[in-house]
Amino acid sequence: MTIQAYAIDVKNLTKRFGDKLVVDHFDVKVPKGKIYGFLGPNGSGKTTTLRMICGLLTPDEGEGTALGLDIRTEALEIKKRIGYMTQKFSFWEDLTIRENLEFVATVYGLDHKKQRVDEALTKLNLATRQKQLAGSLSGGWKQRLALAACILHDPQLLLLDEPTAGVDPKARREFWDEIHKLAANGLTVLVSTHYMDEAERCHAIIYMSYGKLVTQGSVQDVIQGAGLYTWVVQGENLMSLAATLEKLDAVKTVAPFGDSLHVSGTDADSLKAALTPYFDNPAYDWHQESPSFEDVFIRYMADAEDNFLAKKEAG
Amino acid sequence: MFFSFRRSAAVLVKEFIQLRRDTVTLRMIIMIPVIQLLLFGYALNTDPKHLPTAVLSYDNSPTAHTVIAGLKNTEYFSIEQDIHSEQQGQDLLRRGEVLFVVTIPAGFERDMIRGQSPDLLIEADGSDPVAAAGALSAANGMLQRILNQELTGPLAKLQQSPPAFKILTHRLYNPEGFTRYNIVPGLVAIILTMTGIMMTALAMTRERERGTMENLLAMPISPLEVMMGKITPYVLIGFFQSALIIIAASLLFGVPIIGSLWLFFAALSIFIVCNMALGFTISAAAKNQTQALQLSIMILLPSILLSGFMFPFLGMPIWAQYLGNLIPATHFIIISRGILLKGSTFIDIWPHLWPLLVFMVAITCIAILRYRRTLD
Ligand SMILES: Nc1ncnc2c1ncn2[C@@H]1O[C@H](COP(=O)(O)OP(=O)(O)O)[C@@H](O)[C@H]1O
Ligand SMILES: [Mg+2]
Repeated sequence: MTIQAYAIDVKNLTKRFGDKLVVDHFDVKVPKGKIYGFLGPNGSGKTTTLRMICGLLTPDEGEGTALGLDIRTEALEIKKRIGYMTQKFSFWEDLTIRENLEFVATVYGLDHKKQRVDEALTKLNLATRQKQLAGSLSGGWKQRLALAACILHDPQLLLLDEPTAGVDPKARREFWDEIHKLAANGLTVLVSTHYMDEAERCHAIIYMSYGKLVTQGSVQDVIQGAGLYTWVVQGENLMSLAATLEKLDAVKTVAPFGDSLHVSGTDADSLKAALTPYFDNPAYDWHQESPSFEDVFIRYMADAEDNFLAKKEAG
Repeated sequence: MFFSFRRSAAVLVKEFIQLRRDTVTLRMIIMIPVIQLLLFGYALNTDPKHLPTAVLSYDNSPTAHTVIAGLKNTEYFSIEQDIHSEQQGQDLLRRGEVLFVVTIPAGFERDMIRGQSPDLLIEADGSDPVAAAGALSAANGMLQRILNQELTGPLAKLQQSPPAFKILTHRLYNPEGFTRYNIVPGLVAIILTMTGIMMTALAMTRERERGTMENLLAMPISPLEVMMGKITPYVLIGFFQSALIIIAASLLFGVPIIGSLWLFFAALSIFIVCNMALGFTISAAAKNQTQALQLSIMILLPSILLSGFMFPFLGMPIWAQYLGNLIPATHFIIISRGILLKGSTFIDIWPHLWPLLVFMVAITCIAILRYRRTLD
């Protein structure tokens, strides 16, 4: 195998279900040892993309490599070297934690099976529950089991599909600490998520919408690249103000954050001009802020929806 | 394709653990054979006609021809071949190609005219007593009457001097005509079809329905390995159930076991693999467990109705026999009745063993080809 800078390098990935184009000529490049966040609204094709990368779905078009191996022809070799955590819990609920891990260890043909399983149990704090049936675990513990099982064979690449959906903040935190520890040892991670704080913990993010790449890069790059300008307003009766502001052409998104509203637009001057009439109102307190990642995220979501509606009307 | 015993064994162990925790299924595995055995232990009554018969005639007289025509006219006997030796008749009976051998002794007409009441021998395959019973009583009654009508001219006086000849019936293999004897080997086939196909089909669709299939597919394990691991526990269960039925049958009903049990279990293995592979194929076609069950029943029903389990196979219409021949259970029922009740040997069962082998190989190939390696 030649030395590869990218753990994942795929081009033009395309997948149709029936006549529905779910992934549309999509490129992904993830450098080795990095954690990449995979973002996008529900149904945008993230799961489908991850499945194509690990050989669970055959792409209709496009090609590329995972860990330097061709995703079309070397799926079996890829499977040996990657860990894939499915969106829906997919371990056997009528097996205990230990039995699940032992099954995985045997299938991957690991040496010192018992020892490896013991280590994995200790590392993820599962040792005391090892005899519990997987089906009786709560969401957070299930995620831990799934993570333990997909890193058991020391994969070089992890594909995690919404690994922390429905998990409490403490467990999420621990989960991410673990991911960072793994990445520090050279593991590459591509993780799909809906959480902003998780996206901000990634080296870079990839934003996908309706099967297409919208933007990618570090969180800072993405925020700057969005070309978004945000005004923050505090005061009384913000909801009725929000309703009024949303109607303005220069305003792209209005999002409540606690006792304030974030009002964003793509053109600084016209946004300011549009908002000026409201600056003098003593009930409100205005100031400009650099947009948060969440503002950007909301804007991309809104854009995607507009595009989708426009396409629907056209078609 | 690659195969590793270790990976296959991992699936097998997993399957056993899951089965051990599934108490409902475990109970069914034991209860279904026992309950069915008791239920079907009672005779099923049917009155089949046109049963294949061979005639061994040592007398070429008009009277002998009249007798044969008379047998035909009862509609119970379908005279398919003339044979020339007793050995030939015995072979046909043992292979199940005919249900009756009618022997007309030498000098039949002459002895009749002399008033010596010659014997007309009808040997019946008693291992299918339902089929034999109706035909034999028809032979007794109808023949007498037909002869009375046909005997004219110089033979007319014989009408008065009873009896012109005697019909000797001779049941082979199952002299008492016990239906339950016949039911037991058939029941093994039906129970194995039922549990084999359904359990395998469900075991696979369950993985898909619960989402664990995605995980299994993401692991480096080949279809053959998954299939072997999944099937083996159910093969063992199949052996267990068969042994249970045979032991229960011999204890409860005193069913004799005449042939070689080794030969029986060898044929059994082939039959079990046929069913498992069928179940596996069904699971590839079914989207969920409900569909898998429906498809299993679609195979199960003809296996019960057209295999000779319920109705004597040779008494069925020809088109139904053609269909029945495409069902593994049909062949296995003939094989197991042959071995257990008649002591058939390998040579005797071969005509039904090779279709099973062909079926096994074909359906296993289909099962492996149809196994989806991706989620597409
Ligand atoms: N097996 C499938 N058959 C048909 N449609 C599918 C299948 N899998 C996914 N889809 C559709 O493809 C779209 C993208 O799904 P998915 O990749 O799961 O998105 P995401 O993970 O970003 O939420 C959805 O509209 C979904 O309904
Ligand atoms: Mg998804």
